[in-house]
Amino acid sequence: MNDNFIIITEKLTKRFPMGKGEFTALKGIDLTLDVGEFTGLIGPSGSGKTTLLNIIGSLDTPSDGEAIVMGKSIGKLSAREAAKLRKEKLGFIFQSYNLLQVHTVFENVEFPLLLLDFTGNERRKMVMDALEWVGLTDKIKQKPPQLSGGECQRVAIARAMVKKPSLVLADEPTANLDAANSHNILQTMAKLNEDLRTTFLFATHDEKVIGYLKRKIYLKDGLVDKIETA
Amino acid sequence: MKLAIKLAYKNLIGAGLRTWLNVIVLSFSFVMIIAAKGILVGWDRQAKKDMNEWEIGGGQYWNVNYDPYDAFTLNDAHSAIPSQFSNEIERGDMVPVLITQGTIYPEGRMQSILIKGIDPEQILLKLPTSKLDTAVGAIPVIIGSNMARVNKLNKGDYVTIRWRDTNGTFDATEVFIADIFTTNVPTVDLAQVWVPLDSLQSMLMMPGEATILTFRDAGSQRSEEKNWKLMTYKTLVSDIEGMIKTKSVAQSIFYTILLILALLAIFDTQVLSIFRRQKEIGTYIALGYTRKEVVMLFTVESAMHAVLAAVVGAIYGIPLLMWLARKGISLGQSSSDYGFAIANIMYPVYSGTLIIGTTLVVLLATTIVSYWPSRRIAKMNPTEALRGKLQ
Repeated sequence: MNDNFIIITEKLTKRFPMGKGEFTALKGIDLTLDVGEFTGLIGPSGSGKTTLLNIIGSLDTPSDGEAIVMGKSIGKLSAREAAKLRKEKLGFIFQSYNLLQVHTVFENVEFPLLLLDFTGNERRKMVMDALEWVGLTDKIKQKPPQLSGGECQRVAIARAMVKKPSLVLADEPTANLDAANSHNILQTMAKLNEDLRTTFLFATHDEKVIGYLKRKIYLKDGLVDKIETA
Repeated sequence: MKLAIKLAYKNLIGAGLRTWLNVIVLSFSFVMIIAAKGILVGWDRQAKKDMNEWEIGGGQYWNVNYDPYDAFTLNDAHSAIPSQFSNEIERGDMVPVLITQGTIYPEGRMQSILIKGIDPEQILLKLPTSKLDTAVGAIPVIIGSNMARVNKLNKGDYVTIRWRDTNGTFDATEVFIADIFTTNVPTVDLAQVWVPLDSLQSMLMMPGEATILTFRDAGSQRSEEKNWKLMTYKTLVSDIEGMIKTKSVAQSIFYTILLILALLAIFDTQVLSIFRRQKEIGTYIALGYTRKEVVMLFTVESAMHAVLAAVVGAIYGIPLLMWLARKGISLGQSSSDYGFAIANIMYPVYSGTLIIGTTLVVLLATTIVSYWPSRRIAKMNPTEALRGKLQ
């Protein structure tokens, strides 16, 4: 296997129980992603893009085949090892932001660092850097309910990026945002991809996101339909 | 763990009113349990102290025929004071008491009484027996304030009492109320008249005899004597201990219900919050928590209700309990009707063991109640939790 590949999937299959039978969400996906890519999984609802993203993010496990993320086979990881992978190497951006509502912007962004061994001073600097990337240094004491949707998603990006992960997984990050905010967010992420060489993998069917992607992996009915490179 | 405590605290405070309602109810349980237990501890101490000082000293010898619950035994419950106790009696470390049944006739009414003869010079018991030295035309007696109240007797009154001597012959005389004492021990007060021992021995024609011998030192090694059975301090206070134990059980039921109500509120909050906060749970897992760690976080969060409740309880409970301990709790006139040593004003006692013990019990109960619903998190699918799709 090529060490440059941050993600490798081989005949990746995922089945879910449905009634008395099963529903196959992924039907043998073969993919590779290089370090530093800005790539999207594109497809309509039910095409399997979120399922694939969840497996790569070690939030779910394959039914068959393999998903290797940064050299680790997701299906073979224990719960503790999977949590360690997410904690140290992965960043997540969700459609509905998933911010901790009772925490301030600063505390939300600081949270992933609390799970790692950083000192208070280190954490403060890293949080302020991350908030500077997304232009929210003036909102550190505010709480999510006091922010707009765009600001919330920028906090989520800062939270995903603060520990400088190797891979950021973004599931429909612009679905709840208007066009202006969407472009703003995407420009921020594209810049971080350029500046920090962080690999971004999106799951989306939003044309605005698709326009920013360097590589587009189209999924259809749990299979890779086509791949386009910009 | 430190992070879990920090997050739990933040989440609890962030939950606002819901948290404070639970905390206040739980703190109420804390304070009530400690207050109620404190009353029992205070009661226990006061009752034993009063009984020790007024009635039983460090223990007693009873005439073998004496049964305090059967007045008919009194006719035969007397015998000569053993000579080996003479020194102890002279030193004031033992007090003989002779008891007989009698009748008092205050203002034309009649009431059954116990006539108790005691040495006026004794200093072992707190009874003001020195007043029995009063020289008047009648036999001086002392009575308790409840006895005086019930019979409308006052200090300086003369009243007739009647008794039967050792031959079964009835006799009567007028006695002079030399003093009225106030005590929390009804068994030396209600329906009792204390007379000088010599006078009663003479009235009954039982010279040198007694029914009870009360001694000072509870720790000394003693054995039964002929015609006398040894009643240790422990045996004599066992009734009051049994009574307090019964009260304690009844009270435990009350505060268990109170605690259960508070714990139900926490359980309910926890179940609801796990359902309502699925996205947050999914987020914790996505950010690197294991499910076990999230369970721990939620358990700590709920258990922290107990910590906050202890703090809130301390804020209003400490001044309240201190005030109660200083001022006491008035039980009113009816306290004399209890039939055992109980003060008109009860002073609760709050020991460190009681406070720490109660805190630990409530903390443990809260943690168990919180852990129960939190286990559901361990079964959650994080991908569905992230989207808030769990039913």
